[in-house]
Amino acid sequence: MLPIILLSVFGIVMLFLGFLKSRAVLLPATLVFLLVTLVATFIDWNRSFMYFHNMLLSNNLSMVFTAIVLISAFMVVALSGSFIDDEAAQPAEYYALLLFSLVGALMMIGFENLIMLFVGVEILSVSMYVLTGSDKRNSRSNEAALKYFLMGAFATGIMLFGMALLYGASGSFELSGIKGYVIYGQSAGTSLLLYMGLLLVLIGILFKVSAAPFHFWTPDVYDGAPTLFTAFMSTVVKTAGFAALFRLLAGSFGDIYSFWWVILAGIATVTLVLSNLTAVYQNSFKRMMAYSSISHAGYLLIGLVALGTQTKQALVIYTLAYSLSTIAAFGVLLLVARNRNADGRLDESFDAFNGLARQNPLLGFVMAVSMLSLAGIPLTAGFWGKFMMFSTAVDRGIIWLLVVAVLMSAVGIYYYFRVVIAMYFREGDIETIRIAPFYRVVLVTATVLTIVLGLVPGLLQGLV
Amino acid sequence: MLTLALILFPLIAASGLLLLKSDSVKTLALVAALIETGLAVYIFSTFTPDAQSQFGFDYAWISSLGIRFSAGVDGVSLLLVLLTGLLVPLIVLSAFRQNYTRPATFYALILFMQSALMGVFTARDGFLFYLFFEAALIPVYFLAAGWGGENRIPVTFKFFLYTIFGSLFMLLGMVYLYYQTPLVDGHHTSAIVDFYRVSMTPKAQGLVFWAFFIAFAIKMPLFPFHTWQPDTYVESPTPATMLLAGIMLKMGVYGVIRFILPILPAGVATWGSTAMALSIIGIIYGSIIAIRQRDMKRLIAYSSFAHVGLMSAGVFSLTEVGLQGALVQMLSHGINVVGMFFVAEVIFERTNTRMLDQLGGITKTTPKLTVYFMILLLGSVALPLTNGFVGEFLLLQGVFDVNNYLGAIAGLTIILGAVYMLRMYQKSMFGQTTARTENFADLTGQEGWVLLPLAILVFWIGIYPATFLKMTEPAVMNLLQYAAKGAVSLK
Repeated sequence: MLPIILLSVFGIVMLFLGFLKSRAVLLPATLVFLLVTLVATFIDWNRSFMYFHNMLLSNNLSMVFTAIVLISAFMVVALSGSFIDDEAAQPAEYYALLLFSLVGALMMIGFENLIMLFVGVEILSVSMYVLTGSDKRNSRSNEAALKYFLMGAFATGIMLFGMALLYGASGSFELSGIKGYVIYGQSAGTSLLLYMGLLLVLIGILFKVSAAPFHFWTPDVYDGAPTLFTAFMSTVVKTAGFAALFRLLAGSFGDIYSFWWVILAGIATVTLVLSNLTAVYQNSFKRMMAYSSISHAGYLLIGLVALGTQTKQALVIYTLAYSLSTIAAFGVLLLVARNRNADGRLDESFDAFNGLARQNPLLGFVMAVSMLSLAGIPLTAGFWGKFMMFSTAVDRGIIWLLVVAVLMSAVGIYYYFRVVIAMYFREGDIETIRIAPFYRVVLVTATVLTIVLGLVPGLLQGLV
Repeated sequence: MLTLALILFPLIAASGLLLLKSDSVKTLALVAALIETGLAVYIFSTFTPDAQSQFGFDYAWISSLGIRFSAGVDGVSLLLVLLTGLLVPLIVLSAFRQNYTRPATFYALILFMQSALMGVFTARDGFLFYLFFEAALIPVYFLAAGWGGENRIPVTFKFFLYTIFGSLFMLLGMVYLYYQTPLVDGHHTSAIVDFYRVSMTPKAQGLVFWAFFIAFAIKMPLFPFHTWQPDTYVESPTPATMLLAGIMLKMGVYGVIRFILPILPAGVATWGSTAMALSIIGIIYGSIIAIRQRDMKRLIAYSSFAHVGLMSAGVFSLTEVGLQGALVQMLSHGINVVGMFFVAEVIFERTNTRMLDQLGGITKTTPKLTVYFMILLLGSVALPLTNGFVGEFLLLQGVFDVNNYLGAIAGLTIILGAVYMLRMYQKSMFGQTTARTENFADLTGQEGWVLLPLAILVFWIGIYPATFLKMTEPAVMNLLQYAAKGAVSLK
């Protein structure tokens, strides 16, 4: 509750700070805002509240997801130093939009009423549409924003329709109300409206987390958007989206598990296969990361398909590990992609990384750990994420899905390691890269956290 | 507690090397490796030969899942711990002559590898085992891809993907086993001894068998999962090849003994004969290819492929002799193959070729090399009183116990082994000197120090194997009891 108010106020303050002559204050101010919000999040630790007449729920799980989202945002903002020097950029607006979008993410994480889910999704998405197109003079950024907006608006429409159907069936927008109807309907005959409604709402959220077959916007949008906002999109939006899916399915629809698990399992399978196989053929690192983000949606879906006592812990570990590595990887990409191709676009191919580890061992190491973690290699946080996902599915006995997931993680190792090979074993002529001290701190922290969580995953176990 | 030191010491030493970056990294690496040898030898000499796990430690790791950080040495691990302890300083020493670029990283990776290997051989928790099993791959991959030959990048990448693909299935099998263990305090457990007590339907056992077997068969490698091996051995720098062939290959055999036999008796009853058939095909196939090789390193690679087939066949015989033979042969093979690769390296360095038809007449100027090479060779072809004889004799006896025909086919390994090994020796050492082998200098003192300990071990194991066999026997008997529970014998 407090975090939402704080973020809204800070967002407005940030807009006013934009009037200042000096841009230098904006970045530290945003970081302070985020830190304050993070601290405020944990004031209610170990207590559970409902706010606004049962509109929003705050409990330990929602606080942990909020923290993951805020930490991701903090890291992304900390890496955004280049905006200060860029004449064309409007950092105050960017930061304000980021803060507002976080409000949306928090609503998605804690919603108890479907209206809140809808408002949250919209706040988050609209901010993202704008940020995607923020590189005004880049036609690909504009294209990406338009695509994202058109398809996103359509998906939201579908979701809203689904909510209307759910209301029509159950007479309630509240998760508990719908749950009551689901349980009651088990004996009295459930209306078809309920199933249709659930399906449409699922489609809406699955679009946001870019699960196949609703993923077609992802590569273009991720590729076209400025890299920082790609990092933000692929972590914050995904974490919030999966938190919302978990609340929806675990909160209301646990009793018709047999209806939706097959659908989600099918979607997870298609997502895993399509994204991983396509990622293999990418030559651009950024596009590869887009497909990788789709594939991680697939792994995260496994936890929901096998909804059980361990699911929330699995989701927390997975989203945290994924966010840390993704942001670190994009952070390195920002530094490495400096040369422009013949067509004026930044060189974001795998070849841009050739010889990086020799030239700059620190960046090489950060990137290598990120890739290992995304690939799910042991001793990194990503391994435990995958491990938890797999073990929820084994617990439910969904072995065929696991076999697909295992095969696809092997494929994943192939494309993640292309970066490692380029950095360590190929010769390249990378110019000396100057890293701002704070930037370095963020990258190193993400890497250290990834390794520490890989060694001692027990650190997170008591939280949720 | 000693086991913890065994795992952590190389890790700390390696991190130290990376931080120091001084000129004396080589010496420091050697000193660290020798201290580790001291630890391993101390553990070996004070080990009480019974079925218990000793020198262990046990900490909570992920308590909500019942996963523990627990390791110790028992009879099955003992010889492999000893092997790892003994070989690594020799591998480090053998790398001295080559001035590898970025030496700090190079030697640190070897020590990282040693730490992970010690972890694999001593882990008492299934997931800890898996973790080390994977962790061992990363340093050796970087060694091979960073310092290897021209074609190293695609070759080592294939090796990496291949092995990790296999271990992912093992992870699935491990998670499945984990969920079969009884609930204690609200969670399952992943201790290997708890896996031993799990009861599963034969069908489930069959599936888990394959999940584990594919991982181990790729690691060993067994036919038809071996295609990564010869290229990787040839392209890797020799120290990495030694680690791969001398120690890492044993992870697969060890895994079969530790997991598949005791946990999945019904799976072994159904599929053990298939595994044995694959192993025996590998023996013959590898030997025949080895006979036709021109490249010394590739020849040794194929011979290693053939030898590991026999070890695996002996293990799947489920007899005491077979298992004992496999354990002692893992030690012997590690010693022989590291020595062989070292000799090939010495020859390559002086002549710039490994092709047998460009070599010849080396004996004329090299009394020391001739003798050492001959000792290792005799060990490899299993001449009585050498180490190879003890292991192969026991292994073959195990296979014969199962089936006489299989035993006879597997026995060809001794004949074929003699053919390709003696051919290699003859082509390289005897005959006319060629342009490349003129003025071939004999071993330097340093090179002698690599080969001398190996030669001593060849005879020690060959003449008095009881030193080693008596240590492993109780553990093997204990394992066989689990393996026999409710299982239909192969016979």
